[in-house]
Amino acid sequence: MKFFRSLFQQIYSFSNKTLVLAELEMRKLRHDPTELLTRAVQPALWLLVFGQVFTRVRAIPTGNLPYLDFMTPGILAQSVLFIAIFYGISIIWEKDLGVVHKFLVSPTPRAALVLGKALSAGVRGLAQGLIVVVIALLLGVHLNFNLLSLLGVALAVVLGSALFSTFSLIIACIVKTRERFMGLGQVLTMPLFFASNAIYPISIMPSWLQVVSHLNPLTYEVDILRQLMLVGGTGTYQIGFDLGVLAAITIILVLIGAVMYPKVI
Amino acid sequence: MKIIETRDLTRRFGELLAVNRLSLTIDEGEIFGLLGPNGAGKTTTIKILTTLLPPTSGQAMVAGFDVRHQAARVRKMIGYVPQLISADGTLTGYENLMIFARLYDVPRQEREERVRQALRYMGLEEVADKLVRHYSGGMIRRLEIAQSMLHHPRVLFLDEPTIGLDPAARRTVWEHIINLRQQFGTTIFLTTHLMDEADELCSRVAIMHLGQMAALGSPQELKTAVGRGEEVTLDDVFIHYTGNELDNGGNFRDISRTRRVARRLG
Repeated sequence: MKFFRSLFQQIYSFSNKTLVLAELEMRKLRHDPTELLTRAVQPALWLLVFGQVFTRVRAIPTGNLPYLDFMTPGILAQSVLFIAIFYGISIIWEKDLGVVHKFLVSPTPRAALVLGKALSAGVRGLAQGLIVVVIALLLGVHLNFNLLSLLGVALAVVLGSALFSTFSLIIACIVKTRERFMGLGQVLTMPLFFASNAIYPISIMPSWLQVVSHLNPLTYEVDILRQLMLVGGTGTYQIGFDLGVLAAITIILVLIGAVMYPKVI
Repeated sequence: MKIIETRDLTRRFGELLAVNRLSLTIDEGEIFGLLGPNGAGKTTTIKILTTLLPPTSGQAMVAGFDVRHQAARVRKMIGYVPQLISADGTLTGYENLMIFARLYDVPRQEREERVRQALRYMGLEEVADKLVRHYSGGMIRRLEIAQSMLHHPRVLFLDEPTIGLDPAARRTVWEHIINLRQQFGTTIFLTTHLMDEADELCSRVAIMHLGQMAALGSPQELKTAVGRGEEVTLDDVFIHYTGNELDNGGNFRDISRTRRVARRLG
């Protein structure tokens, strides 16, 4: 009995502290939302320019979906990925100030700090997702507004952000300086984006790239989004399986992050 | 009771011996100053005592707990203000405090009152809802000290608390440090390389040089020991123990950090 009570208290304290950090991010965004708007430019360009052109080319087999519809979930996932993969730079920034030191000296479990950061990235991801949805609506993409599907989309976006931001945090803890981190971030985003099902189906890839794509978490995120966001959207896997893959990888990364985070200082 | 106790505390970074067999005991309620030139091992010592860095060898106990094996217990007992700026400029002073009240397990019913109290105590009530990036340097430091005191720690670690502050702001911060000890009986462990700061605040000081302890005692004792009857300042004591090569401390990284902090606070 006593054991369970203390276990319950620990879990409560852990989740409470995790949420504090996510709330912190929300407050920051509320104080200064301009950053969100500048981030909206890139997905808008992808949909407007790339999407419009490739809709005319009709070179990519998308089932019975217009190409613009097909790529919208991919662009949503991509723009969330870009934010998350550079999230680690904020950890380097916080290290150059003394913020990380103060978090680490507080009686907060390391895993709660890392998971809190991951959820913060999720908050940013959601804000970004909303913007992409608005742009897609304006371009006449046939979106599905079923409430349950929307919740599923939100969950996929939060999980995707958490996964890639924690990956980014681990890299930041290894490289430790902004310059090296920026270089690495650039190197990583390209293969993550192009070796996935974001803007073309995996079936048209050469077989070696198909293998890579199946190892790429972004593929599973897009698979969920494509099934839930679109009217008539289809996917490769069960949504439950996709979510399971993303959640499992996120948990593993958070555990690694919890070990790496104190080493950033 | 000894609130801080280290025995042969050693920390190595590769070839460099940053802290070399440091043995030190500090009583509850002291204001203890760790002095030394840049690179003497002050910040490394404070990082070990606050559980940020594990020692390479030797032992350190803070508030009765071992910093290496009981780090989580130690963290509940201490407050820490890093040398670098640690308040979040994109949040308000109130928010900065509230976040740490929650991270330090201040009970929900008491949080609001503690935060208000801290703001009042540090004279920050009027700017509580302003973004911290608009604060002056002295206000930021006071906010950071308030953050680290919310859970009423037994020991407060201050790493160069007045670096980059002008003399007036420095004096206000000193007054608040002295008040904290009087009101809460908090033991204060600070590092500095300002001799007048040590003279003004500290009941005892240790002078570190090249990772080792070169001298220990009250400021008056040290002056008497070095002066041998002549009137000397703590500056003379410092130079006596750390050698008088004028410019041997601090590498590029230290200096650029220090200047960056100074610029943000100024």
